Amino acid sequence: MAADMLTVKDLRVSVEDSEILHGVDISIGPGETHVLMGPNGAGKSTLGNALMGNPQYTVTGGEVRFHGEDLLEKSVNERAASGLFMSFQNPIEIPGISLENFMRSAIEQRSGTKLRLWDFRKQVRATLDTLQMEHSYAERDLNVGFSGGEKKKAEILQLLLLKPSLAILDETDSGLDVDAVKTVSRGIKEFQKDQEASLLVITHNAAILDALHVDKVHVLVNGRIVKEGGAELIKEIEENGFSAFEEAIA
Amino acid sequence: MSETKTHIEDVKRAFYDFRFEENDAYRVRSGLTPEIIKEISAEKKDPDWMRDFRLKSLEIFERTPMPDWGPSIEGLDMDNIVTYVRPNAERMNTRWEDVPDDIKDTFERLGIPQAERTSLAGVGAQYDSELVYHNVRKEVAAMGVVYTDIESALHGEYADMIRERFMHLVPPTDHKFAALHGAVWSGGSFVYVPPGISVEIPLQSYFRLNAPGAGQFEHTLIIVDEGADLHFIEGCSAPKYNVANLHAGCVELYVGKNAKLRYSTIENWSKNMYNLNTKRARVEEGGKIEWISGSFGSHVSYLYPMSVLKGAGARSEFTGVTFAGAGQNLDTGCKVVHGAPDTTSYVNTRSISKDGGISTFRSAIVVEPKAVNSRSSVSCQSLMVDDISRSDTIPAMDIRTAKADIGHEARIGRISDDAVFYLMSRGLSEDEARALIVSGFADNVSKELPLEYAVEMNNLIRIEMKGAIG
Repeated sequence: MAADMLTVKDLRVSVEDSEILHGVDISIGPGETHVLMGPNGAGKSTLGNALMGNPQYTVTGGEVRFHGEDLLEKSVNERAASGLFMSFQNPIEIPGISLENFMRSAIEQRSGTKLRLWDFRKQVRATLDTLQMEHSYAERDLNVGFSGGEKKKAEILQLLLLKPSLAILDETDSGLDVDAVKTVSRGIKEFQKDQEASLLVITHNAAILDALHVDKVHVLVNGRIVKEGGAELIKEIEENGFSAFEEAIA
Repeated sequence: MSETKTHIEDVKRAFYDFRFEENDAYRVRSGLTPEIIKEISAEKKDPDWMRDFRLKSLEIFERTPMPDWGPSIEGLDMDNIVTYVRPNAERMNTRWEDVPDDIKDTFERLGIPQAERTSLAGVGAQYDSELVYHNVRKEVAAMGVVYTDIESALHGEYADMIRERFMHLVPPTDHKFAALHGAVWSGGSFVYVPPGISVEIPLQSYFRLNAPGAGQFEHTLIIVDEGADLHFIEGCSAPKYNVANLHAGCVELYVGKNAKLRYSTIENWSKNMYNLNTKRARVEEGGKIEWISGSFGSHVSYLYPMSVLKGAGARSEFTGVTFAGAGQNLDTGCKVVHGAPDTTSYVNTRSISKDGGISTFRSAIVVEPKAVNSRSSVSCQSLMVDDISRSDTIPAMDIRTAKADIGHEARIGRISDDAVFYLMSRGLSEDEARALIVSGFADNVSKELPLEYAVEMNNLIRIEMKGAIG
């Protein structure tokens, strides 16, 4: 196996002085798709937020290397610039900034070069088509007045435009109807076409994984990885839920 | 991880802060006496009634107390304000080449002649107390539109029109600084748009205060006659000096029956300025006034443009943004008097405070008993960028009829950490993220402005937020 893109070692994370993750280890290689599953409250989103650098989550121990560098000492935007992306469970509404202008300034700031307006607009429209979103979304204020499903699609749109090397999808499927899940997973497949692009899909629901190639599944219960395996684990969880794992650590 | 935050008011205003050595032709002594007023009046070749008006205003000024309900203006020493400074130029050049080089250079840097060439129907530029340049496009003048300085107009064919209106909307008895204005006013613009004439491109005036410790008291009088339509833009700036400067201008707008006037201001006075400005519009039947107001500069501002809706169906719209940074106390808002049936007013403001700045929104809506079926909607939103800044909202309503529909909405918020984290996770630096949130917050105001002003306003916000230009 090629050198890992992301290596998480014994990561401990607290929120408001209470420890949520009690030492988590995960390694993700280039082009791999990993799934993090677990019951509500297990700490799945905590892992995603801690990796992205959400200031509400305090790392109290452990180490994270991303592309060989210490991820934890970087600021949030430096993490983004180094190729990390997180799709938010609850994307924030930002009035007065259109989705398209925001993406343009984000890409320009990361690359340090000016985008050609027309080419960029074409790219945005093609991506909107992939996600079955109307072109008018590009001009609408970022997430303002978007339905839950539209917000999730807009996150995938940003993923496809920003082209990170590792994308964390935090409960991107929650609150979506069957059709929206299909559309979103089509967007994720589009992202997977890049042979080097890696994914960490956080979910407690297997539907979104049906159409995706999965390399590895991690089961997180009470802040610890309790089981790891291949795609077959998804089926096992679908049938039996998490209770078996919860009992195992009780 | 974040860039060092710098404070714009001291170092980064370089673009506005350049200044030239003072080279005044004439300057009165500091402080105010009837003799000084007579001196000013003689120098300006006032008609007799105007000289008497000035002297009477001075009396009112002396017996009127300082306002005690708003931000402190104790730093303002009236005895040290040189009320009248006339630059060393013949008044009222209509050829740009004839404006003296240092003054011309000032305005060139501020982009005034370029703006005129590209997008304006006419331009007036005031330097300290006098209008130094004035020009109106031929085709606009041919429609009968008058745009000139008040001093010349006082002696021309519009003399009676001015006499009937000068400080009638804002009488010297209104408050202490209105009285001061009546005594020492100098410069400013007179605009008359004849009935039915629609001026397609905006007229602009630009005020620049260059002398230290001076006052600027320009008077703007605009009459938009029946069925006519005008957009007037006013811009203000001054370099920074260590001596407090005072701006006590007065704007009187007469909007005729079914006429429409849009009055836009971007004010970026230096941060030692006391901006005590009075603006008022009277709107006749079916007419409409639109105020667009951006307040960025000054140390202390008292600014509440007022609309008097005098005729049935008259309308007022006020859109404003105020940005108070370190050392600034900006008290802004608006007032509307519904004085006739079926009148409507709409107020929409954003205020931003940062680095300990104080921004206060004050509004007053008055609905008189006869103003039945009137509607008013006030919405003000405030954003505090950090924990040391302050924002207040003081709405007042005096509704004298049951047959009116009145709404008020106020929201005060802070930049949420979640929003900053969200934008940073896409690659924006913390400063960029905050600037984006703030300019988005003010967006509904900036998009009301002509493009180049919208750009300037966004630039001002970014400069204020980031403390860095380019």
